[in-house]
Amino acid sequence: MATAVMTTLDPNSRSAARGMSDLTIRNLFIIPTIVFLIVFNIFPLIYSLGYSFTDFRASSPAAANFVGLQNYRELLNDPFIWSNFAITAKYVIVSVVGQVIVGFGVALLLNRDIPLKGLLTTLLLLPMMLSMAVVGLFWKLLYDPSFGIINYTLGLGSFEWLSNPDMALYAVAITDIWMWSPFVMLLSLAGLSAVPKHLYEAAAIDRAGSFYTFFRITLPLVAPILMIAVIFRTMEAFKTFDLAYILTSQPTTEVISIRLYKMAFQEWQTGRSCALAYIVLIMILAITNIYVKYLNKVKER
Amino acid sequence: MRKTMTSMLAGIGLVLACGTSVYAQDKELTIFWAEWDPANYLQELVNLYEAETGVKVTVETTPWSDFQTKAFTEFNAKGSAYDMVVGDSQWIGAASEAGHYVDLTDFFNKHNLKEVMAPATVKYYAEYPSDSGKYWSIPAEGDAVGWSYRKDWFEDPKEKEAFKAKYGYDLDVPKDFKALRDIAEFFHRPDEKRYGVAIYTDNSYDALVMGVENAIFSFGGELGDYANYKVDGIINSEQNVKALEAYKELYSFTPPGWAKSFFIEDNQAITENLAAMSMNYFAFFPALINEASNPNAKATGFFANPPGPNGDQFAALGGQGISVISYSQNQEEAMKFLEWFIKEDTQKKWAELGGYTASAKVLESPEFQNATPYNKAFYETMFKVKDFWATPEYAELLIQMNQRVYPYITGNQGTAKEVLDSLAADWNATFKKYNRVK
Repeated sequence: MATAVMTTLDPNSRSAARGMSDLTIRNLFIIPTIVFLIVFNIFPLIYSLGYSFTDFRASSPAAANFVGLQNYRELLNDPFIWSNFAITAKYVIVSVVGQVIVGFGVALLLNRDIPLKGLLTTLLLLPMMLSMAVVGLFWKLLYDPSFGIINYTLGLGSFEWLSNPDMALYAVAITDIWMWSPFVMLLSLAGLSAVPKHLYEAAAIDRAGSFYTFFRITLPLVAPILMIAVIFRTMEAFKTFDLAYILTSQPTTEVISIRLYKMAFQEWQTGRSCALAYIVLIMILAITNIYVKYLNKVKER
Repeated sequence: MRKTMTSMLAGIGLVLACGTSVYAQDKELTIFWAEWDPANYLQELVNLYEAETGVKVTVETTPWSDFQTKAFTEFNAKGSAYDMVVGDSQWIGAASEAGHYVDLTDFFNKHNLKEVMAPATVKYYAEYPSDSGKYWSIPAEGDAVGWSYRKDWFEDPKEKEAFKAKYGYDLDVPKDFKALRDIAEFFHRPDEKRYGVAIYTDNSYDALVMGVENAIFSFGGELGDYANYKVDGIINSEQNVKALEAYKELYSFTPPGWAKSFFIEDNQAITENLAAMSMNYFAFFPALINEASNPNAKATGFFANPPGPNGDQFAALGGQGISVISYSQNQEEAMKFLEWFIKEDTQKKWAELGGYTASAKVLESPEFQNATPYNKAFYETMFKVKDFWATPEYAELLIQMNQRVYPYITGNQGTAKEVLDSLAADWNATFKKYNRVK
């Protein structure tokens, strides 16, 4: 059917009445998108690759000088940059693992017949519909050591979530987990509801324990879709900027995108920040590739 | 349908055409500044200019945190959205070398502004490079870091007695940094939810650095030799090590969660009964004598940054000069506005509205000094101010200082000597990178 639409035109349709050919219609839809992608994504991407080999500063009228691999060399030798990467890695691991545990856990709880299931699911999805900046601003209030509700309910006195250098990154990760667990939950729920019921019935007849059922039936069947959630969340967590930027300014929470922002738009080291952006891009591509390979393996099973 | 579309497009076109022609007839000027009270006072002031000349002037603002980014993004794009900017003192090197600011040297000399404006404001807001006789802006909002304190706590006879018993001298406005430290320690009572002192710690722009500068300058230290970019033995001098240690000690007497605080938090420390003393720019003091914004307005006093152990007394400079942007299409009109702005009457009015004039005559007048409880401290401070580097790469220097100093102050990492030695190395590398030193 789909191919039929592509190759023939309903003689009664408006397009036919205007005398547009299939090719015209296809072009009408595809060309603007391609032009948009080229102008706003691909062209800047290539252009900034060029800048990454220069000492260009957008704040100065001086011409850019070609410096070869100097920017890359200096960045990769900068201990502050490496500590930014280490912080980012720690953040990604804590936040994504947290989201998978919470999100998948909630999905398991919801994957049964309970009253008001639809309403409950919708309410649980609310956090991820909020803007990052808004979430950051109100979690800052929740974490406040003097009047924040978190310390009040947990009886922590004036525990400093955001100004304690060792705690601040976890505080940001907790906020991220709160915000994005619903996303993992939603995908897991879709995966869980697709597991055929007869497998559980067969397991029950064979008197399989609940752990065995979970690890041999539920998890393997949900794994592919869970992997997709993990890929998305890893990419997003790697790029995190807003939450960490708004919540705290501890050096221990300076993830790589914050460093990149400062380098590009406060210090105006345009060339060097392009190089850093490329290093980040390559890292994200590498990580995603590993995940995708693993995802394909899981699917093959 | 096609007809409706055509008429709609025609309508939109007509509106646009009318809009442009109206715009072309009216003269308009836009001044860009950060979002804070002085910008509101400036808007009130420029309304008078509109009443006099018919030229509409708008003060456009953006939050402090992205003021620098937004302004330079516009400059770099050679945008004409703003005709003038009230830019931070440390931008002057970057903006003048890149050609973003119009050279105001002739204007400066013609109106003899070197004499008209207070010397420190001319040196730090207008002239670049240092002592070159080239001027890029008109000192507009003078500012420096000062202190507010709780008079009622200080004057309480019981507190006075207890203080004297503990430290052996009278509790009063601190005469030096040692007294500042003692008073902060004395009032630091976490059990009563009262704390000693509120200082700047925010490391996202220049807050923490300004706070540390207050200690460094009063301890007799310097950040470096601004004329030849020498930093070794200056930024990591003995005095600076002591000053940094003193600032770190003050941090231990701050309210809980004080690791990202700037002007809002520091004023809150006074309005919310959190701290006995609070560091802040003079520009934020009007809110503290206003009973609507400070329930303790009557009990709030002010003092200038105290001297260090050797009697040196300086303060970190804030404040901004007003510059004409090279890409503005209304430069002539902007220059006319500046001629009006520097008139003595205008400067008087500016001070009355709450702006901190840089006009020496107005500053020296008894009317100005007696107008508020803090004007006298402001007048005294404005003759003892020092500023951060104003070289084009100041932002890198600032971030390097934040990276080194912040973990030490708030996170106990390293010693003051180690921190400042590393900072000297960072700054040296940066100056080498830009061929300032060999």
